[in-house]
Amino acid sequence: MASTHSTNTYDSDNTVFSPQGRLHQVEYALEAVKQGSAAVGLRSKTHAILLALKRSTGELASYQQKMYRIDDHVGIAIAGLTSDARVLSNFMRQQAMSSRMVFNRPIPVNRLVSSIADKAQVNTQEYGRRPYGVGFLVIGQDNTGPHLYEFSPSGNSYEYYAMSIGARSQSAKTYLEKHFESFMDSTLEELIQHGLHALRETLQQDKDLTINNTSIGIIGPASAHEEDVSDGSFRILEGEPIDVFLKTMIPKDAPAGGDDDVQMAE
Amino acid sequence: MISLQAHTLLMVESSRQGLLSLEIENSGTAIGLRVKDGIVLAVEKLIHSKLLIPEANRRIQSVDKHIGMATAGYQADGRILANRARDEALSYRSSNRAPPPLQDVVMRLSLYVQAYTLYSSVRPFGCSTIIGSLDSSGPALYIVEPSGIAYGYHGAAVGKGRQLAKTELEKLKLSELSTREAVIEAARIIYLVHDDNKEKEFELEMSWIGDETDGIHLPVPKDLLEEAEQKAKDALENFE
Amino acid sequence: MDHFPTSWGRPRNEAYDAFNTYPLHQRPNHSKDVFADGVQRTQQPIVTGTSVLALTYKDGIMMAADNLASYGSLARFKSIQRLHAVGNSTVLGASGDMSDYQYIQTLLDELVIDEFTANDKHDLGPAEIHEYLSRVLYSRRSKMNPLWNSLLVGGKKNGKRFLAYVDLLGTTYSASTIATGYGAHIAIPLLRKAIEGRENTLTEAEARSILTEAMRVLFYRDARSLDKFQIATVNDEGVSISETITLETAWGFAEGIRGYGAQTQ
Repeated sequence: MASTHSTNTYDSDNTVFSPQGRLHQVEYALEAVKQGSAAVGLRSKTHAILLALKRSTGELASYQQKMYRIDDHVGIAIAGLTSDARVLSNFMRQQAMSSRMVFNRPIPVNRLVSSIADKAQVNTQEYGRRPYGVGFLVIGQDNTGPHLYEFSPSGNSYEYYAMSIGARSQSAKTYLEKHFESFMDSTLEELIQHGLHALRETLQQDKDLTINNTSIGIIGPASAHEEDVSDGSFRILEGEPIDVFLKTMIPKDAPAGGDDDVQMAE
Repeated sequence: MISLQAHTLLMVESSRQGLLSLEIENSGTAIGLRVKDGIVLAVEKLIHSKLLIPEANRRIQSVDKHIGMATAGYQADGRILANRARDEALSYRSSNRAPPPLQDVVMRLSLYVQAYTLYSSVRPFGCSTIIGSLDSSGPALYIVEPSGIAYGYHGAAVGKGRQLAKTELEKLKLSELSTREAVIEAARIIYLVHDDNKEKEFELEMSWIGDETDGIHLPVPKDLLEEAEQKAKDALENFE
Repeated sequence: MDHFPTSWGRPRNEAYDAFNTYPLHQRPNHSKDVFADGVQRTQQPIVTGTSVLALTYKDGIMMAADNLASYGSLARFKSIQRLHAVGNSTVLGASGDMSDYQYIQTLLDELVIDEFTANDKHDLGPAEIHEYLSRVLYSRRSKMNPLWNSLLVGGKKNGKRFLAYVDLLGTTYSASTIATGYGAHIAIPLLRKAIEGRENTLTEAEARSILTEAMRVLFYRDARSLDKFQIATVNDEGVSISETITLETAWGFAEGIRGYGAQTQ
């Protein structure tokens, strides 16, 4: 547990209301999300995108996986415990396939997000469980257009124009709040540029976004820099293909200050 | 054993306190009006971020065609309760092939909520629920509390501004209002109880069930919502 | 082990009770349990509806079914409705077992309420309803316990017309005009001739008269049919199901037919 919370009467093995009506276990779970590296999501009229910062534990290790494809029309970026994310994303895949099986319909994105939110809520109420230690940004496209949702271990989910989660995500949020009004009419290229700028805000001072530590997830028609995208279904860009997008970034005049990044192996 | 009981009782008590303090702080007031020919639900939805999409994150939910509910407190708990209420309503339908009377749904729902106060292995629900319906026997409105207590009301208010809202509701002749008039009053009360200086921005969310909706629980149409908001703002200026 | 000695076989000498079991008791019946012959599932429909006819026309789809539910050859119920609106863009028509159909109606009504309470602008259209029904019917037949119906699902959503068939085996197909039951033999040739190639030009009035004519032919030839029927239309305005229509028929030609009228031999 985070040291700031120390020992407390109401944070034992069971989720219990504190006299202030708070659920400490849930709040610790939200801390776990903040320990993960950042992810950013944005939305326009035509596209929804995710960007995530991948960590590596060292020279000999590969970079972590931050994004998962759920279905053709849904993808997620995670922050927090990867193993919890895999449980939840498998569940999402099952829900998505079940909708296709029973109704021959891509699952409405809001219902998919609600289904994991309801699943997470149970873990905040019953004995012998712990809340999930992971947060998601979910993008998807359905009859009602592109969407971006945030899911958190408290069992809440919200739809946003743009959002960030994970370590130092507040800096990214500040950037998004400043610029989100222009996102709706942005092209995909502009949207990615904004996303990269926002993600850059979460970096430590001496770090940069590179083709190795950045993932981009896209839903919507292909950009000029993409090949072999026949429809607008979810795809993850990593490595060489994102170089062209990284080059569109406007260099920062002054390196941003910030608190120390929390390093944590996941 | 006593300590276990004390433990759960403490939890019920603290979940009430939770409503009194932290969670209500976050979620804002919800009110319900039971009038001559229908029901109006209104919530003060506090906007915790300007990145949120307006109208997308609803706090009023439908339980059945003719039943709507609004919660104050932990929103995640509120959604679980709504799911349970839907299950109960459907189970009534499959046994009786008829739309469930609200009282039946409320009784089943309150038993469910009450069960979560009995055991050390679960915590109680951290939300109060206003639930309303219109059926052949007329309009009905209840509040289900975290303890499992459920009472019927003419005018209901939960959440942070409920004291002031109750005072305002008591001034109205609820059983003489039409549903359309109640929409205007509900908007006015929500605007009145919202404290501009202390709180975040808010979005007014309203739904109604009445003759105008054919007895179906629907969001208040945009033009009427805007009219009600405008009138609420005007009333507020005169009030101050 | 059966412990009653008389169940082991009777002694040869009827006069001598070697097993000392007098008075002879009734042989108990517990060697046969309820499931001894296996469980028997539905093997035939009981109260049935006959054909459903459907076609696509310029503005949407149209469906017709008569108001009869037969009990064998007995015309048992003469004012039942076999067309059912599902949501705002779909209509379901059923032939086959009427109690299974009523069960399917309750399934769909629950589904519609679930969709309504979600309140997220993702209503189920005819294509989704049809897929759902095909899954239900196929899973039931795979449990050797079919819902004994042939169903037509038609509708219009987002400007797209939809018309498809699904039956008790889970078989599905789609066409611009479909009929179930006896109508699949008698009415289909008439409907195809009238509709194919004209799906996008046929007016509502023309479509209505084609269906009425086909229903009339069916009433003449199908001994399980009735001269009272309803027509459902789905177009951009939504679903509407007509009041009962009574067919005009003429039986003068039958006077010369043996077995009809006043002949004595």
